[in-house]
Amino acid sequence: MNWRRASIAGLFVIPVLGLFIYGLSHDPHDIPSPLPGKPAPTFALEVFAPGQPPLGRPIGDTVRLAELRGQVVVLNFWASWCLACRDEHVTLSEVARHYADKPVHFVGSLYQDTPNNGRQWIAEMGGQSYPSVQDPHTRTAIDYGLYGVPETFIIGPDGLIAHKITGPASARAVARIVDSLLASGTPGKGAP
Amino acid sequence: MNGLVGRAALLITLPFIILGIIAVPVAIKRGRRDWIAIAYGSVLANFLLVSAAAAAMIVALVTHDFSVSYVAQVGSRATPLFYTIISLWGALEGSILFWGWVLSLYAVAVVWFNRERPGNLVPYSAMVLLAVSLFFSILLIGPANPFHVVFPVPPDGPGPNPLLQNHILMGIHPPLLYLGYVGMSVPFAFAVGAVLSGEAESNDWIRLTRNWTVASWGFLSAAIIAGMWWSYDVLGWGGYWAWDPVENASFLPWLTATAFLHSAMVQERRSMLRVWNLNLVVGTFALTILGTFLTRSGIISSVHAFTTGTIGYYFLVFIGLVLLTAVAMVAGNSDRLATRGRLDSAASRETIFLLNNLFLTAFMLTVLVGTLFPLVAEAVRGVKVSVGGPFFNRMTLPMIAALLFLMGVGPALPWKVASRADLKEKLLPPLVGAGIMAVIAIVMGIRNFYGFLVFTFVGYSAAANLREYWIGARARRTAHGENWATAVVRLAASNRRRYGGYIAHFGVFFVALGITASSSLRSEREATLKPGDTMSVYGRTVRLKALWGREEKQRSVVGATMEVIDNGTVRATLEPRMNFYPTSQEPVPTPDVRSGVFGDLYLSLVAFRPDGSTATVKAIYEPLLYWIWFGGGVVVLGAIISGWPTTRRRSVVPVVIASSNPARDAA
Amino acid sequence: MSAAAAIIVGVAANVRSQTPTSTSARGVPGDSALEARTSAVASQLRCPVCQGLSIQDSPSELAQQMRSLVRDQLAAGRSPDEVRAYFISKYGEWILLAPAPHGFNLLAYALPVLAIVCGGLVIVVAVRRWTAGSTEAS
Repeated sequence: MNWRRASIAGLFVIPVLGLFIYGLSHDPHDIPSPLPGKPAPTFALEVFAPGQPPLGRPIGDTVRLAELRGQVVVLNFWASWCLACRDEHVTLSEVARHYADKPVHFVGSLYQDTPNNGRQWIAEMGGQSYPSVQDPHTRTAIDYGLYGVPETFIIGPDGLIAHKITGPASARAVARIVDSLLASGTPGKGAP
Repeated sequence: MNGLVGRAALLITLPFIILGIIAVPVAIKRGRRDWIAIAYGSVLANFLLVSAAAAAMIVALVTHDFSVSYVAQVGSRATPLFYTIISLWGALEGSILFWGWVLSLYAVAVVWFNRERPGNLVPYSAMVLLAVSLFFSILLIGPANPFHVVFPVPPDGPGPNPLLQNHILMGIHPPLLYLGYVGMSVPFAFAVGAVLSGEAESNDWIRLTRNWTVASWGFLSAAIIAGMWWSYDVLGWGGYWAWDPVENASFLPWLTATAFLHSAMVQERRSMLRVWNLNLVVGTFALTILGTFLTRSGIISSVHAFTTGTIGYYFLVFIGLVLLTAVAMVAGNSDRLATRGRLDSAASRETIFLLNNLFLTAFMLTVLVGTLFPLVAEAVRGVKVSVGGPFFNRMTLPMIAALLFLMGVGPALPWKVASRADLKEKLLPPLVGAGIMAVIAIVMGIRNFYGFLVFTFVGYSAAANLREYWIGARARRTAHGENWATAVVRLAASNRRRYGGYIAHFGVFFVALGITASSSLRSEREATLKPGDTMSVYGRTVRLKALWGREEKQRSVVGATMEVIDNGTVRATLEPRMNFYPTSQEPVPTPDVRSGVFGDLYLSLVAFRPDGSTATVKAIYEPLLYWIWFGGGVVVLGAIISGWPTTRRRSVVPVVIASSNPARDAA
Repeated sequence: MSAAAAIIVGVAANVRSQTPTSTSARGVPGDSALEARTSAVASQLRCPVCQGLSIQDSPSELAQQMRSLVRDQLAAGRSPDEVRAYFISKYGEWILLAPAPHGFNLLAYALPVLAIVCGGLVIVVAVRRWTAGSTEAS
């Protein structure tokens, strides 16, 4: 038994094991998005669920990102078939109302679903305080690099994506980011 | 009660295993041959106890005993009996229990069939198998314990993963896979046993190892084909192989085992490649452990991935131990075992086998690198990348083509030396086959380079293999006056290894043609139809007759009744469906397929209007697709013929053992 | 031979376009050259919600939408590279099914080739050594 050769060969095993240890501490499903920090992709989408006053917009109205420049925009992608979206629904509506008098705009975007289903779901969930738009052919969701729902993008007044939240959004997380954007950015007086 | 029996059995087996592992080296060192029986007794005890645990689990599943954690996880009163039983291997803990059981079964078989073999190879091999069993037993009382007590006992459970309830192959693919995968522990045990007992210098252990490897290889081949078939029938995209990490994990040991089956023959005849063969056998086993580590640790995301948790760390420790001891063992003995033989000529079957090993090993390394590269790239660059089909196809196609060609040259060339006349007489005639297949490929419409190459090489190699049969049968006819059929059968029986191997080659040829034609000539159409509408793909027309829905005990089903029309008459009815399970938000599609000798018509229900007015159907036509499953069957047939035990086996043993070191083996 | 003829006829029929009664983006348009280019690009893009399938192969809704986006972009005159770059800018390098052959990724492409070359050399050297001194039959 040639122990010298055995030991040298054994050394080659170490980096392999190191790689596996590295792998065990990382989640292969967690894929970072390249979008935060970049300009938010523009969209012009039609409202299908009006929301409630004072945040509401009429059905058929078009929400254009360009018009919201200067405000903080919270863009939330959801679907009626999405179980996890139920967790954040009430939270988002409440947070939206909290910022009603600030230059913050909440928009829901329907993902891979029909407006009828969406309206029905909102009714079942007790209403939504802000309007939701439909996204034909999922173009806008693809523009935002969506892997699934729910995903929430918080866009600063400068038009750059400040943060992306994957999974149900918590009130604390959203509030923290929105507050810091309001404090640092120069909020303009864009028409809601 | 079931939980108690199961857990107790798994706990009690541990001291038996440990006793057995200790008994072997102690017995050999002290020269107490009778203590070996203690180790063999442990092997039997382990098998009986793990069988008891497995039986307890099956009883618990069938009686819906939700006080057992595994049953609470995968059981459901609504699930049909067949799927309830096979959910034994549907989730992590049950699959580990099944693995442990198959391993204990192999250990008993190894000991039983070799109980009269002199020397220390079998005792040491039993020790190795017990050591592997120890690892899985530790898992079963630790992180993979399926017998946790659930209290309060729930009235019902969620049932198995919906994807696993759709097809009968779910009852066939996993057992075959485990028999193949776990079976690779046996050659590994023999290899370690051979080194420890001093038999590695003789060639007898190679013959023994090779026989067991053929069996495991046969199971693994069948398992891979069955997995592809399941994927094709269930997943709805008309494909059968996505280079998913766990598909690759099952394929990697198959590649090295195939290489070993060939290079073992070189060792048997010429006493060469001994270190290389050790590497292959050890590598095959290491790859099986790596494969199961990848599936169960969660480090790579995959369709097959079981739940993650601490079990990954256990596997990491085990794989570390396996790699370190195996690598050290082979490297440490490499100078002693290095080839001292000679080759008579570079133009010989030996050289072809070397090339065969080269391409199979390169193939294995390519798939391994591709599978692990996302992890490596993330570690080095911090960026996530994907390595999928396009990479693997591009990099492996040249190797596959080379291997297909070699499969025709190897059988044709003689051992030792081929004269120039030999080369001409053996290598030129199969070119006719190549020509014929080239023409067929063009006529069929194959226009891509590798598709054409595969057809041509298969033509060449199939002709070469056929010719070997023809030459052998012709000789028998002349010598014995047999008719063709008898001559062929007797020929195969006279040299099962060789002619069984040629049949396995034919199986591979069918698979290669099936894969090539179904991907090169695949034709796809998607359309939204009202009842009465038709659509066509590749000249085949289908008509939507009706869209229907029905409730079943465990799911709701929506289906489309489609008629295949030919010249106005209905040739067949297909019913692609979507299955809605309460536990899953995505429906599970079940396509329906009409298979024919020339191709498959594959229908998948993609979408439908809830009012039943329209259905969106995807129709795919894949030429020669059934040849893949047929070829798989032929491969398995070849393995059975090749590996069928001959009565000569036992008499070989004592003669060769006498030549190894008697002092070391003194019992 | 008639089976082969039937196959040829089938292939020819394949090229004729099919107009389905579809109103959604799922309909198959008549331009087979555009379809071929779409397939080529779509085969290289990974479906974000599946396991390892391309958006060409995947039956999922999102894959269909992405494919139709690829088709529209190609029809609008973008090059395959530009389409790929668009998706990379949205999803990261992960969206490519084969790693872009630049920089570190080249290692994945080089290793198999190196394995064959080095292995081949080893075999050549070994066979030479093992046949040295034997009568080469020629």
